[in-house]
Amino acid sequence: MTSAAPLLSVRGLNAWYGESHALHGVDLDIREGETVTLLGRNGVGKTTTLRAIMGLIRKRTGQVTFAGKDLIRMPLHHTARAGIAYVPEERGIFATLTVDENLMLPPVVAKGGMSVNEIFELFPNLKERRNSQGTKLSGGEQQMLAIARILRTGARTILLDEPTEGLAPVIVQRIGELLVELKHRGMTILLVEQNFRFASRVADRFYLMEHGKVLSEFPVGELENRMDELHEVLGV
Amino acid sequence: MIFGIPIQAFAGQLLVGLINGSFYAMLSLGLAIIFGLLRVINFAHGAQYMLGAFIGYLVLAKLGIGYWPALILVPIVVGLFGIVVERLALSRLYEVDPLYGLLFTFGLALVLEGVFRYVYGVSGNPYPVPPALAGGVNLGFMFLPIYRGWIVVASLIVCLGAWLLVEKTKFGSYLRAATENPKLVQAFGVNVPMLLTLTYGLGAGLAGLAGIMAAPVYQVSPLMGSNMIIIVFAVVVVGGMGSILGAILTGYMLGLAEGLTKVFYPEASSIVIFVIMAIVLLIRPAGLFGKDA
Amino acid sequence: MADATVRASKAGTANRVEMMLIGLGMVALLALPFFVYPIFLMKMMCFALFACAFNLLLGYTGLLSFGHAAFFGGAAYFTAHAVKVWGFSPEIGILTGVVGAALLGLVIGFVAIRRQGIYFAMITLALSQMFFFFCVQAGFTGGEDGIQGVPRGTFLGVFDLHDEHTMYYFVAANFLLGLFIVWRIVNSPFGLLLRSIRENESRAISLGYSVQNYKLAAFVMSAALAGLAGAIKALVFQFATLTDVAWQMSGEVILMTLLGGIGTMAGPIFGAGFVVALQNLLATSDFPVTIATGLIFMICVLIFRRGIVGEIYAWLNRRRGEKPE
Repeated sequence: MTSAAPLLSVRGLNAWYGESHALHGVDLDIREGETVTLLGRNGVGKTTTLRAIMGLIRKRTGQVTFAGKDLIRMPLHHTARAGIAYVPEERGIFATLTVDENLMLPPVVAKGGMSVNEIFELFPNLKERRNSQGTKLSGGEQQMLAIARILRTGARTILLDEPTEGLAPVIVQRIGELLVELKHRGMTILLVEQNFRFASRVADRFYLMEHGKVLSEFPVGELENRMDELHEVLGV
Repeated sequence: MIFGIPIQAFAGQLLVGLINGSFYAMLSLGLAIIFGLLRVINFAHGAQYMLGAFIGYLVLAKLGIGYWPALILVPIVVGLFGIVVERLALSRLYEVDPLYGLLFTFGLALVLEGVFRYVYGVSGNPYPVPPALAGGVNLGFMFLPIYRGWIVVASLIVCLGAWLLVEKTKFGSYLRAATENPKLVQAFGVNVPMLLTLTYGLGAGLAGLAGIMAAPVYQVSPLMGSNMIIIVFAVVVVGGMGSILGAILTGYMLGLAEGLTKVFYPEASSIVIFVIMAIVLLIRPAGLFGKDA
Repeated sequence: MADATVRASKAGTANRVEMMLIGLGMVALLALPFFVYPIFLMKMMCFALFACAFNLLLGYTGLLSFGHAAFFGGAAYFTAHAVKVWGFSPEIGILTGVVGAALLGLVIGFVAIRRQGIYFAMITLALSQMFFFFCVQAGFTGGEDGIQGVPRGTFLGVFDLHDEHTMYYFVAANFLLGLFIVWRIVNSPFGLLLRSIRENESRAISLGYSVQNYKLAAFVMSAALAGLAGAIKALVFQFATLTDVAWQMSGEVILMTLLGGIGTMAGPIFGAGFVVALQNLLATSDFPVTIATGLIFMICVLIFRRGIVGEIYAWLNRRRGEKPE
């Protein structure tokens, strides 16, 4: 890969929930095909960063450019069409929709997405339950569905918020494999994760966040050298 | 004879109840669809129903456009009217207390009713039954005017169609998903503002359709909407707005209850629906089919 | 902290402006019947009181009742009947109307408070429509004709209310009494609690308040005060008709409050004055009142949600904000 301009570039991103100022100038870059993980304690603004990039938080300032397009000025529904997909922390499976309907809900935004059959090959247990209500699924299945429905859309960049939270180790393992697979397919992933051990299996680089800002940035190779810093900031 | 009432009278009142119920069902259905997604109680629903009847009446009187084409034309015109209203006004009110949506549409209802009263007066205008549906059949126990039979069948078709649209189509899945979490649906790339506009247009169109269907049964009058909307509100409270099917069933049930009351205790027929509403609220505040407390 | 200061200064401005208005209003109240038709002023006062009673519920408790015509018009019927048929004196006749409206409020409120927000509005509308149909059919209301020729009587056996000026000051006294009651309720610990219910109902519940009872109490008080307004109106105009119990009347009182300023003491008075004046103006033209009412509704909701008095307060606060003392 040449040192081309980053695919997603965030500069001086500020965001507010009502009156409360949640992000204080976040800077980050992600190159095409990279997997980047945001680390940080609860409440430092990791989720807010994803939501502000996506445009789910409208009260935001700064620069967010994706593939040369300015995302700040875009209406919310154009962000996805630019090729970014979002998997929220709470997974966002719709209770009144079946598994099938949940899977088919996000519109296709680009060519090259997986077909339903490919998806069911990857997630056989979703196929078995395709006609049940979305919320009848287990937490792990819901997470799989939340990721699966994105793969259909053809989006090549995924914002993934704590996909392993609250899941059994077997499922975490399974999601890890899935992320490696997506990486091999050349997807660009921005991952929010508390569990940096898990993240180190897929991430190329890390951003460490505190108080609504990026504290430091380092490649995966430096993880071991940074343990003291991580322990101090993350409190693990 | 049933309970000392001649069977013809009994069946006749039940039919009237079923006809009223058909309109309650169609109108509360639209109200529920709009409320589900927009969180707006569409007070103008009655006015849009009246608008439908009036447009049907006017295109017949002025342009000679009959019932069947009007059945297509009227919902489209009223639906477009709804779309304009949503774009210009309602879309600005989603961020504020939902009560403002109710108050705005109340004002709109007053204006629509006022304009038609001003131009056409308060007396009703007859709308002829289309020739193909004129006359009636003797069922042995009662005489059934064909148009009234048609209303029952057509309203069932409309309700079923609306239910299928919401439950079984792509549009319906967007609608249901956006009812749950509009932001996320929009973040997937669905144009949710447009979806809101179309949904309001759809609801208004349904009200317009009910209006043109009602024209040959009731008189076409500027007041027909406000008389209807308050009853439909009660229907919606009884059914609980959580479920489309619930709104439909409650509409027919309360229509029949009203018809039965006309047989046994006619003095109470104008208030029976409100009494049922009060009883349901005391026993099951969320409504018969409601999930929200 | 800063937030609290702003709020305190807001209340300060509001109070000072209100005090000034009260002073001006008192003078105007005494002098006006010599310049303007007393009957017109009395009508304004009836509706102003009605709107203040309604605002007690919407502005200070956050409940939008779409059925307040039932209490206003219901009390008008009760008072008219008591005075005309039973031969009650005006003060007892008015009391009959107020008590009747309070009881009606108790029944309707008991059912309606089971749901919140938008459902509450629909339920109160439906129940008041039920009362409307009851009034259409009940014998004592006179059906479509209403109760006509209601005698005003002699207040306390001394003041003959058929004299226009005596009646005026009688109405003015009742009006002030009604306003004073509203003001006392709003500024009592009970009123404070109502406002906390409006701000955050679930928090009030979690603090251990039986919110339902408080809401019902507020509803009954509002109904009784609306009844006072209706009872007086029956005596002023000497009739009671279906118009006063119809849903349009419920809409009118909402408009008066919205236009004047929801949740302000003075707002509903101004709103009522404006609407009544407009109706009088339109009565001589052939432009339908309904259309005007509807248009004002739409405009208020879209661009003017704070109402006249609310906008004035906001403007005063902005000025204070720009020029700190």
